[in-house]
Amino acid sequence: MTALLEVENLRVAYGKIEAVKGITFTVETGRIVTLIGTNGAGKTTTLRTLSGLIEPLGGTVRFDGRSIVGTPAHEIVALGLAHSPEGRHIFPRLTIAENLQLGAFLRKDTDGIGQDIQRAYELFPILGERAKQAAGTLSGGEQQMLAMGRALMSRPKLLMLDEPSMGLSPIMMQKIMETIAELKATGTTILLVEQNAQAALSLADSGHVMEVGKIVLSGSGADLLHDESVRKAYLGED
Amino acid sequence: MHALPQTLVSGLALGALYGLIAIGYTMVYGIVQLINFAHGEIVMIGGFGALTIHLWLPGDTPLAAALPLMLIGGAIASVAVATAAERFAYRPLRDAPRLAPLITAIGLSIALQQLVWAFYPDAKKSRGFPQFQGDSFELANNIHIQRDDLFVLIAAPLCMLALGLFVARSRTGRAMQATAQDPDTAKLMGINTDRIIVLAFAIGGAFAAVAAVAQGLRAGQINFEMGFILGLKAFTAAVLGGIGNIYGAMLGGVVLGIAEAASTTYIQNIPGMHQLGGGGWKDVWAFVLLILVLLIRPQGLLGERVADRA
Repeated sequence: MTALLEVENLRVAYGKIEAVKGITFTVETGRIVTLIGTNGAGKTTTLRTLSGLIEPLGGTVRFDGRSIVGTPAHEIVALGLAHSPEGRHIFPRLTIAENLQLGAFLRKDTDGIGQDIQRAYELFPILGERAKQAAGTLSGGEQQMLAMGRALMSRPKLLMLDEPSMGLSPIMMQKIMETIAELKATGTTILLVEQNAQAALSLADSGHVMEVGKIVLSGSGADLLHDESVRKAYLGED
Repeated sequence: MHALPQTLVSGLALGALYGLIAIGYTMVYGIVQLINFAHGEIVMIGGFGALTIHLWLPGDTPLAAALPLMLIGGAIASVAVATAAERFAYRPLRDAPRLAPLITAIGLSIALQQLVWAFYPDAKKSRGFPQFQGDSFELANNIHIQRDDLFVLIAAPLCMLALGLFVARSRTGRAMQATAQDPDTAKLMGINTDRIIVLAFAIGGAFAAVAAVAQGLRAGQINFEMGFILGLKAFTAAVLGGIGNIYGAMLGGVVLGIAEAASTTYIQNIPGMHQLGGGGWKDVWAFVLLILVLLIRPQGLLGERVADRA
């Protein structure tokens, strides 16, 4: 079976500094795959390259059977790859409803968009209550909900989430992680980047540990969760 | 004494003209953070586009009938030059240090002036622009609206209203707002941000053409240098209103226009300042106003630079 996303020997540089030094991994349909690692490991750079915001130095990326290297970002979304970026990046001066509508920018089915907005409100009731409010007035956790809801509005085949738990309270973080589990249960394929390795590995079917631009360890979520070196480096155990 | 209402009416017409041009500065700045210093020349090109249509039409065409065609001709010229400038002068420099596109804009401004000077027939001196015949309208006792000011007093609010509705309500308008607030994330929504940037230049160009026709009607002539001081004033208006905000641009234009008119009328009556009043000093007072606003409220009257909230 071919994977939904196949990344092979991907290399990315900012000027002369190589941030991603040849990584290879796949994401199969219906799975959650996670990239974990410390700050500066190259996780966010990897996602930004996959969604077309950065041009890679080399390597291949195949999504849904076709090469997407060199395809502009706005066309990659149309292929079914949605990206909820690090730091949430909601549009602060637009309302919550307008943010969600922008997530469906390329869709023409007005009825379907309306239904999906209602579904986002069911998933995150606070968004429905504040639909007409400027998104910049939401708390960090609520903005994260909006960013995820917005990414889902394109009905993606693959949802990429970059640090969804960053800066959130433990309760809010748990809520976000539960939502990711719910999305998986409904068949959404997810590529999850997280610094919170414990939470990410508990959810993921498989994971890859990145260090300074390379994948240093791969395995199933459960295996990595019990791996001694992972426990020492990322789960804060001695 | 009807000096005050008359000053307001005259200032409003001038201010509406500045506001139309200021919107071009502010839209482009809002989306690509570029001060398009060639925008004054986009206005000038629009004036010559409109004049060209006027010269093509039969000599006995009534001005009221010719005006829509002149506007279309001016807009075609302005939009073509504005979007070409974006594509060939600014886009290649989008990731360059910000000084590079700024210098390019100044160079482009000089180049456009010289091209018109060299190649438009008889453009080495001012060219006459048609004007409406007849007296001014009397609003009330001794308060007059010049016939040729009526055009901008009607056109500017209409343009403003149409643009406001477009940006707030349409799908493309929402994409423009998204691109202004966060261009990378806008791309992730599927928005072709290059196309949005072209659109910002095109709208600015169309508004510039309307302003150029208004200026031609007011002055009865246009010339290849007209864009310089108009552009500078409109840039002042855009900063005054809060650059990046389209309503701020119009408000800044109106405030500036009224301030100019008031300075012409009143300052010479202040004891000891007789020599600082009158028409010759209005530009000075306009820029004094800009400096004061920048000192007291650096983000401009409706500036949004600091606030992330609506």
